[in-house]
Amino acid sequence: MIKYILRRLIQAIPTFFGITLLSYLLLWLAPGSVVERLYLAPNIKAETRARLAAQLGINDPFHIQYLRWLAGDDWLRWDTDGDGIADASFTPLARLDEDGDGLPEPPGDNYGILRGDFGRSFVKKQPVMDVLLTNLPATLELGIAAVVTSLAIGIPVGVLSAVTQGRRFDKVSRVMAVIFDAVPNFWLGYIFIFVFCRVFDILPCGGRCVPNLYGLCPPLFERLNYMLLPTVVFAAGFVALFSRYVRASTLEVLSQDYIRTARAKGLSPQVVNFRHAMRNAMIPVATLLGPIITNLWAGAIVIESVFAWPGIGRIAFTSAIQQDYPVVMGIVIFASIGTILGFLLSDFLYVLIDPRIRID
Amino acid sequence: MSADDHDRKLKLDAEAIFRSKSLTDLALARLWRDRLSMISIVVLLFLTLVSISAPLITGALGVDPNTTDASGSKYLPLFSEGHVLGTDNLGRDHLARLLYAGQVSLFIGFMSAFLALVIGVTLGIITGYYGGIVDDIVNWIITTLNAIPGLVLLIVISAVFRPDANSLILVIVFLTWTATTRLVRGETLAIRAREYIVSAKAVGASDFRLMQVHILPNVLSLTIVTLARNIGIVMLIEAALSFLGLGVQPPTATWGNMLSKSREFITRAPHLMILPGLLIAAVVLCLYIIGDGLRDAFDPTAAD
Repeated sequence: MIKYILRRLIQAIPTFFGITLLSYLLLWLAPGSVVERLYLAPNIKAETRARLAAQLGINDPFHIQYLRWLAGDDWLRWDTDGDGIADASFTPLARLDEDGDGLPEPPGDNYGILRGDFGRSFVKKQPVMDVLLTNLPATLELGIAAVVTSLAIGIPVGVLSAVTQGRRFDKVSRVMAVIFDAVPNFWLGYIFIFVFCRVFDILPCGGRCVPNLYGLCPPLFERLNYMLLPTVVFAAGFVALFSRYVRASTLEVLSQDYIRTARAKGLSPQVVNFRHAMRNAMIPVATLLGPIITNLWAGAIVIESVFAWPGIGRIAFTSAIQQDYPVVMGIVIFASIGTILGFLLSDFLYVLIDPRIRID
Repeated sequence: MSADDHDRKLKLDAEAIFRSKSLTDLALARLWRDRLSMISIVVLLFLTLVSISAPLITGALGVDPNTTDASGSKYLPLFSEGHVLGTDNLGRDHLARLLYAGQVSLFIGFMSAFLALVIGVTLGIITGYYGGIVDDIVNWIITTLNAIPGLVLLIVISAVFRPDANSLILVIVFLTWTATTRLVRGETLAIRAREYIVSAKAVGASDFRLMQVHILPNVLSLTIVTLARNIGIVMLIEAALSFLGLGVQPPTATWGNMLSKSREFITRAPHLMILPGLLIAAVVLCLYIIGDGLRDAFDPTAAD
């Protein structure tokens, strides 16, 4: 098992590098020079721009810039005597005096994304990691609520639908699943806001809470009314996914010999369906963890925008609009790591809970 | 049995084989009997035809999608005089905008899914057939793309490059070709090991002939079945993107960006929000049902 985990982790490394390469490539291809974007002044003098470009290393070839972004620049040019002025450099890649004005450039202060340094947000002027971490709880809260809700509804519906195959409950639940799959979730969100907030005024239109005196949100149970609509809309698609999946796997299990044996023994249908069948039918659900995490990110962007929910999804959207590239790239990489881990975890879970699977 | 009888029997056998139906014929026959799928096909065809003939319909009604009403009547409700589906916040005819938006949305959906299918089938057959380094590289690209949540990457690309309807198709294709490629690659790997391929190779068929004549027809039905569902998925992606203001930009209307604008007027004119959403949902629903129907119809183990 440990060997299997290690092998899968090693297999994830090229994927991770692919992601960093792709996201840096996007930034590289983005129209407009980085100097212009960074200083938001398109009419700075040519020589200033040249000096800034040299300092930032913008004229360096792609692979050098990529390397600097990946591994940081603190090892390219550094300060040995503690006076704040760089006095040593890693000569194959960097010189002390890049712009040729006789003075050394400032020492590198970036640790690179491999060491968790995503740089600073252009707009918020704080480290990207801080921006992400302050917004992560809200996103997790909503995501977990949505997944738990959809599991709680989707699994029983799926099992019942398999047990009553071809009868009314099965037909209705399958039709509902297709409908919820086809309805755009943001549209559903607005319809819900319209009905429950504008027309009947029984639920808040959006936001996460009314902040208390310290500008913080009160504990979860005091703001369940804020959670309700976003969770329901978020969960709608997942319920469809889970119920369809569980139905298929339950049907497969129900046709197996041990179920027939259990029935022949005279066990009640409830015991057979929910104890014997459901246990094995749940195993494939573990494989859904990976795709679910991917969908959570996509859903977070849309749902958080609809309900003005202050999480990473909304930050992703606003940063993309504001062309705040460090934050955007941070989120792409953050989300991708989450997805890779989700896929790995679901593979491990699958092997762990199903003793019939042998790995060699 | 005389030689004559034997000949007659052979002839009858040959006729029976000749009369027997191909998988496609059987599948189409099954689809024809599938009432839900047929209704969906009819609804989808109707909406597509109506959208395509938008210029004729708006011309006959004397409305235009981008002209504001001369009398300055904004937010007209449904069934208003001169504007059957009312007008929007700028006094533009809602029906005309819905029809033209349908053209763009449907075009993006069909075109992206079709291009992704072409790329997926081509790359899938090539990588599955040859294997080796090309296969490794393509696989690496696929796992990389699959590890990035699609919508996250999509909003980044859209925010950086601000695509119009045509470049949006390319962006969506860039993100969606992977699924078909994987499917076709796996199937090609399985087919490559079959005896009839080995024997075709033994008679001296070229690689290209093997791929084109012996592999392509066998993987094609598999992917065509996924096409309808993929169109639906693409249309939902486009809608979400346009809704966020990162898809096709106004004044070109799509069902997605009509939703984006109308959310601000939801209390004043709810129909501006409800109708485009219903149309997206209806089209995607039809596509999903057709997709399921095709899958069942092409299932070789299905009984008649």
